[in-house]
Amino acid sequence: MAYNALSEILDICKERNISFYEAVMQDTCRDTELSEEENRKRMSEMWRVMLETSEDYDKNLKSRSGLVGGNGGMMEIYAKSHTGYCGEFLLMVITEALKMGESNACMKRIVAAPTAGSCGVMPAVYVAAKKLHGFSDESIITSMFVAASIGQIIAKRAFIAGATGGCQAEIGTAAAMTAGGMTALKGGTPKQITNAVAMALKSMLGLVCDPVAGLVEVPCVKRNVTGAVNAVACAEMALAGIESAIPVDQVIDAMREVGENMPSMYKETACGGCANTPKGLEVAAMLESGQ
Amino acid sequence: MSVFDILGPVMVGPSSSHTAGAVRIGYVTRVMLAEEPVQAHIQLHGSFAATGKGHGTDTALIAGLLGMKPSDMNVPKSFEIAREKGLQYSFENINLRDAHPNTVVINVKGKGDRCIKIQASSIGGGRIMINRIDDIEVNFSGENNTLIVHNRDIPGNVSRITSLLAANDINIATMQLYRHQKGGFAVMILETDQDVPQDILNSAGALDGIIKVTYLNAVTV
Repeated sequence: MAYNALSEILDICKERNISFYEAVMQDTCRDTELSEEENRKRMSEMWRVMLETSEDYDKNLKSRSGLVGGNGGMMEIYAKSHTGYCGEFLLMVITEALKMGESNACMKRIVAAPTAGSCGVMPAVYVAAKKLHGFSDESIITSMFVAASIGQIIAKRAFIAGATGGCQAEIGTAAAMTAGGMTALKGGTPKQITNAVAMALKSMLGLVCDPVAGLVEVPCVKRNVTGAVNAVACAEMALAGIESAIPVDQVIDAMREVGENMPSMYKETACGGCANTPKGLEVAAMLESGQ
Repeated sequence: MSVFDILGPVMVGPSSSHTAGAVRIGYVTRVMLAEEPVQAHIQLHGSFAATGKGHGTDTALIAGLLGMKPSDMNVPKSFEIAREKGLQYSFENINLRDAHPNTVVINVKGKGDRCIKIQASSIGGGRIMINRIDDIEVNFSGENNTLIVHNRDIPGNVSRITSLLAANDINIATMQLYRHQKGGFAVMILETDQDVPQDILNSAGALDGIIKVTYLNAVTV
């Protein structure tokens, strides 16, 4: 991509009086050497697989370690019979994030967004937006390009892998992309989109990657829920006109600084955090002995 | 990094490096073998050895050898399918020197007795790097059209291959030369902008001094 900063996209939007999506799509067409229609067709395939993963969720599946599975089903039952604290929309977001994360852990088909470990954040919110707010597939695909471009800038300025930047780089990026995408979906301005991104990413700075036994299971699946709920909250704040005190590109750079200074025990090495708790070590030892 | 590197790939979980990348390594190995594989010995290094089982790296590698891609829903069932198709396999752990943490060595034999030994790493996000072919050091990703030519280390082979490509309007994007020992056998790796059709591959294979020609089409990997 030609852009190195989200502020550059904002400038182009202002200069040419075009939408965030239009600025991004022009760049994507140059990059992929495909037409807008062809790019949208490819993106619609990603969206189709996300919906399919949600539909095909099997609450009876267990991951290879046996640590993960069934929570999406439990949440779904709860959401059907309770209004809970947060109402129908967020309950569905939580349910869908669990379903996606668990499906990934159980070797079902998913879309890396931006990684497999963080694959639940974005579809959780879009599935709920489609089912409960009636957003069309076309409008969701448009906003997915906005979200993807945010991920591209983060990948360019910082990182999107737990092994290089900790979980803030995976779930944090997924949440930032989703917050921006959702703001666009509701008709937010380019400035509101980048404010949502900044707020979502700021809220996840410092999050470590500490997978028990090195597997994409604990705490990864439930962090997809945290990322998705955070994205919703930040999109709402941005749409209310609330601004991030720190400009978005500076937040991304801060994420990079935090990640670079994070000890390697918190970067997907399974040496620290949850992985290093007595229970985490017990699980790892049990798997090692092949039980 | 393109939009579809961020949203994508479509893959069977749980890990882009330990699962999707492993399927791709198996797939690329199969393409390079250019035959139905019947026997595979697989050595896992580093993180592939340590956490591979929980990530399904073993089933993923076999799935790739069977011709599956990272999005194939049958990836988790590959051991079963291998038994049906008569692919025998074995696994062991290995400690390689100076290798990426996610590295595997695959020794595979085909139906018609062709053999190939590949060392490859999964470098993140489902992307891979081939590090060795038949113990000769190489370096390519399989993301581009790639022509792999085994040849005798004698003068003129490079020029014969590049002339053939030029005559057919195929542009070379990158080119690497490796050899086992002086005058022994050598490998050239050419990444091309255009697809190399089968008849040109046949002509290349028939040239003097060329031992074996293998081709990876970027679209199919």
